[in-house]
Amino acid sequence: MDQPEKKVSGSARPRLPRGVRLTHNEAQGGWLLLAPERAFKADAISVEILKRCTGEATLDTIVDDLAKRFATPRERIHADVVKLLSSLADKKLLEL
Amino acid sequence: MAAPDLLPAPLGLLAELTHRCPLGCPYCSNPLALDKRDDELDAATWTRVFCQAAALGVVQVHLSGGEPAARRDLPEVVKAARDAGLYSNLITSAVGLTPQTLATLSEAGLDHVQISIQDSDEASADHIAGYKGAWARKRAVAGEVVRLGLPLTINMVVHRANIVRIESMVELAVSLGAKRVEIAHVQYYGWALKNRGALMPTREQVDNAARQVEVLRARYHGRIVIDAVVPDYYARFPKPCVGGWGHRSVNVTPAGKVLPCHAAEVIPGLEFWNVRQHSLADIWRASPAFIAFRGTDWMREPCRSCDRRDQDFGGCRCQAFLIAGDARAADPVCHLSPHHALVLQAAEARAEVAYSYRSL
Repeated sequence: MDQPEKKVSGSARPRLPRGVRLTHNEAQGGWLLLAPERAFKADAISVEILKRCTGEATLDTIVDDLAKRFATPRERIHADVVKLLSSLADKKLLEL
Repeated sequence: MAAPDLLPAPLGLLAELTHRCPLGCPYCSNPLALDKRDDELDAATWTRVFCQAAALGVVQVHLSGGEPAARRDLPEVVKAARDAGLYSNLITSAVGLTPQTLATLSEAGLDHVQISIQDSDEASADHIAGYKGAWARKRAVAGEVVRLGLPLTINMVVHRANIVRIESMVELAVSLGAKRVEIAHVQYYGWALKNRGALMPTREQVDNAARQVEVLRARYHGRIVIDAVVPDYYARFPKPCVGGWGHRSVNVTPAGKVLPCHAAEVIPGLEFWNVRQHSLADIWRASPAFIAFRGTDWMREPCRSCDRRDQDFGGCRCQAFLIAGDARAADPVCHLSPHHALVLQAAEARAEVAYSYRSL
């Protein structure tokens, strides 16, 4: 179901809650987000975002960092990050 | 047989630690012939199995039963899963699980807890479980799980006696602090098959339940995730059972037998290997039971030429055997199966009879 784009505050400190873990597994062909009775394949971009969701960095810091690292316009990164984070938050896989 | 480099890697391991359980739920998925305590694998063997599973690609282990808390060495088993790098999920009735044990499990690195609740109505729930006081006990343990900061799923098995209370069952899960609730319609194997006439809902009830789940999903969006396991006797297409035989998941029984799915022992003629004699990797790759229905080569018509064959894998092999009498047949739940009428007849064969409770 498509939800209208959510507003996430720039000062939010996203974190993976207990019971949600990012893990690398060679036999499964890369990175997986492990959650209660589910496992999702995580692509390279999602992995870069999720690794930064430690509960310490703010959304603004994460976006700045990724924009610099991948030399991509900040607005585009911001849109991608917010889309991923709000979709995970709706599934209870991320806390904002 | 698939070449080794094409062999899929299993994602999940269902570890049935014991068949002992204080409850007697008439839909229990355990086989009618239950493993005895003396035959159970010890913690050291489970530790070895977890290490082998992780090396094979398994990332999640579901600690189940019976009631896993019936084992005193459960904390040791949980720690072994964590040490092997596996995500551990405790599937429990909560009866027999003390706050002290729960705290120990949490410290040992348990990742998630799933508690079954039989109904939102206390008297009905205790009647279904065949255990007075179970409902109250479960609510207390659920509270303890949340207090410890462990993520909680509530599993509600749905059938004729409680299908009208889905809304209040979801409300109960929300009030207990669960982040996820499973509305799981009974699947008819083992004890559930024995009690099929007493458990089967009507088509009208099933249709109402499906509509209600959609309404509840919208109402609780972002607050609780509602996952539904569909009632396949009323479906047009079969479920993609265990994500394909020998493809994604592996099941180890209390006595160490390794099965492609928890019901597989009902199929006659399958040869299962045991972790006491073989490594999990050898069993996954080469045991006759895993090879039997892996991939699509075993299929007959109408599955063989069906464009859904890689989507639902012909459905469930156990159900094909149990209803059509042939494990290679299409799952008779499929409307394309020549045996589909048998499923419709079975769904109509409802009876107001007492449950035959699960017992050793």
